Amino acid sequence: MSLFETIRFAIRGVLANKLRSGLTVLGILIGVAAVILLVAVGNGSSKAIQQSIERLGTNTLTVSSGGVRQSTNATQNTSLTSDLVDALADRNAAPDVTSVSPVVTSTPAAAYDGVDHTFGQFIGTTPTYLPAANDTVAHGTAFTADDVKESRRVVVLGSTAAQALFDRADPVGKQITVAGTLFTVTGVLADKGGSGFNDPNDIAIAPVTAVQEALTGYGPLNQLLIQAGGPDRVDAAQAEVTAILNQKLHVTNAASPPYRILNQSQLLSARQDSAKTFTVLLGAVAAISLLVGGIGITNIMMVTVTERTREIGIRKALGAPKRTVLTQFLVEATVLSLIGGLLGVAAAVIGSQFTIVGIKPVIVPASVALALGVSVAIGLFFGSYPASRAAGLRPIEALRYE
Amino acid sequence: MSATHPVLDVRDLVKVYGEGEAQVRALRGVSVTVERGDYVAIMGSSGSGKSTLMNILGCLDTPTSGQYLLDGVDVSRLDDRQLALVRNRRIGFVFQAFNLIPRTSALANVELPLAYAGMKAAERRRRARTALAMVGLADRADHEPNQLSGGQQQRVAVARALVTAPALVLADEPTGNLDTRSTEDVLAVLDRLNHSGRTIVLITHEDDVARHAKRLIRLVDGRIVHDEVLRGGTTAAVLA
Repeated sequence: MSLFETIRFAIRGVLANKLRSGLTVLGILIGVAAVILLVAVGNGSSKAIQQSIERLGTNTLTVSSGGVRQSTNATQNTSLTSDLVDALADRNAAPDVTSVSPVVTSTPAAAYDGVDHTFGQFIGTTPTYLPAANDTVAHGTAFTADDVKESRRVVVLGSTAAQALFDRADPVGKQITVAGTLFTVTGVLADKGGSGFNDPNDIAIAPVTAVQEALTGYGPLNQLLIQAGGPDRVDAAQAEVTAILNQKLHVTNAASPPYRILNQSQLLSARQDSAKTFTVLLGAVAAISLLVGGIGITNIMMVTVTERTREIGIRKALGAPKRTVLTQFLVEATVLSLIGGLLGVAAAVIGSQFTIVGIKPVIVPASVALALGVSVAIGLFFGSYPASRAAGLRPIEALRYE
Repeated sequence: MSATHPVLDVRDLVKVYGEGEAQVRALRGVSVTVERGDYVAIMGSSGSGKSTLMNILGCLDTPTSGQYLLDGVDVSRLDDRQLALVRNRRIGFVFQAFNLIPRTSALANVELPLAYAGMKAAERRRRARTALAMVGLADRADHEPNQLSGGQQQRVAVARALVTAPALVLADEPTGNLDTRSTEDVLAVLDRLNHSGRTIVLITHEDDVARHAKRLIRLVDGRIVHDEVLRGGTTAAVLA
């Protein structure tokens, strides 16, 4: 009997038992789809974390006051002041620093035309802050160094803040009331993406002088945002900044400085490590589900073939050689595993189009190959093993099998 | 296929099942020769070894000792592939339990032995339809076994046994599960086959069925105790 004929027999065998074939296919489908989708979710979340950190700028350092206070020397002023900005911006002392932006923050309520909104952050800074923080103005203009010098009350709104106050109206040129002071909106920032607790779009950015005058007073700065010349110069910039700060703030004990420096690239690699752990964890869960799915396939294949031992006996009694019977069952197992596996891949691809628990899944090609390969291999092995056992029996033994 | 050989030539056949205490000697030295064109009925009570003998004759089982020549060929010397060929070409087997392949049409069931013989699909279909017509089921070709009555299923099984034009048709209580009317139908088909020159060996409990045969063999406790020519047989009975 030709191979083509055997394949036709196998397909007829698959179609003759639609329910059982359907359930087998379903089992494989779920196993394969689960693996691909779970790994895709893990990968997607890792990608999302990476992107959100990269959006904040990977070549920046954030200096904040605080850390361990030196209680023995209380007279020493260790707060961050505007003088430090000039010292850090010195090209000779800190060649790897591109810009230094002072940051004062508060969370005041704002109002426009009867609409109230409390900003996630109201930032007072200089124009150099925008490129350092990866912010771009989508509509209107940013404020200028001149605005800072004149402490003009102008403000740039994040997209969430703009929508909250103005809905669909154009905010540019309008005046909003912030803690009793009028600020003129000059521009709206581009959407930075991201959502959740810390919406990076729920911000307003104004000249540092205006914010100090109107809101926070002339106290110390909250932060300094320092932009390095490039991602590979961040570490050098950090060393230079540390040296200058230690000198300016008269730090005697370098192990416990009165400030903290946050390095975005360190944060990124730490987050990436945790995301990798997450993916490995999901992958392990997926592997277990594939294993369970595999046992399911094994079970169905064993039952299918064992149940058909009698049929194998009939076929042998009619003169089917062992090889032909084996080939038929092998092709049946292949057809079932392949259809199930391919449908599983299709289901995973369709499923990955949707956002799952806030994560956009990104399919890892290797997981597709692995899941498909394992399920087909299991289907083949456990389909052919009982079949070869049955085909090796004498016809009368197979016929008497109950 | 040399005409000088008897179709069946069985010498001192012994079949033992099990070991030790549980040992059952199903056949205790059976020797019989069946010539071409004969119609043999084997009778015996339950446990007399008639089904065991039939399975060995159909190459479905192997004897513990003894020799079995089918058309002059020693079957015990054949390997699995050659045995498959013998079952396919030389023997048509009709089971008591019909043993049709479930969820598969009557036509496909009858086609099966031809497919294993490597015949082309169109020719196969033509022959299968002819065989079904011979057993009077041409109009039931596309029905599946569970849509057919017991008698119809057995006639499909007979069609399947004769479709390869085997020299030897073996029937193991073909009418055991059938009512009188279906029994008549199936026996009529077997009678016609014998008239056209096929050798038939059948097992039965019933004297009415045995009366269709030309020769009657009775088995008791794994031995032939009676061998008689009923009517105008082509050969004399040979008791070894």
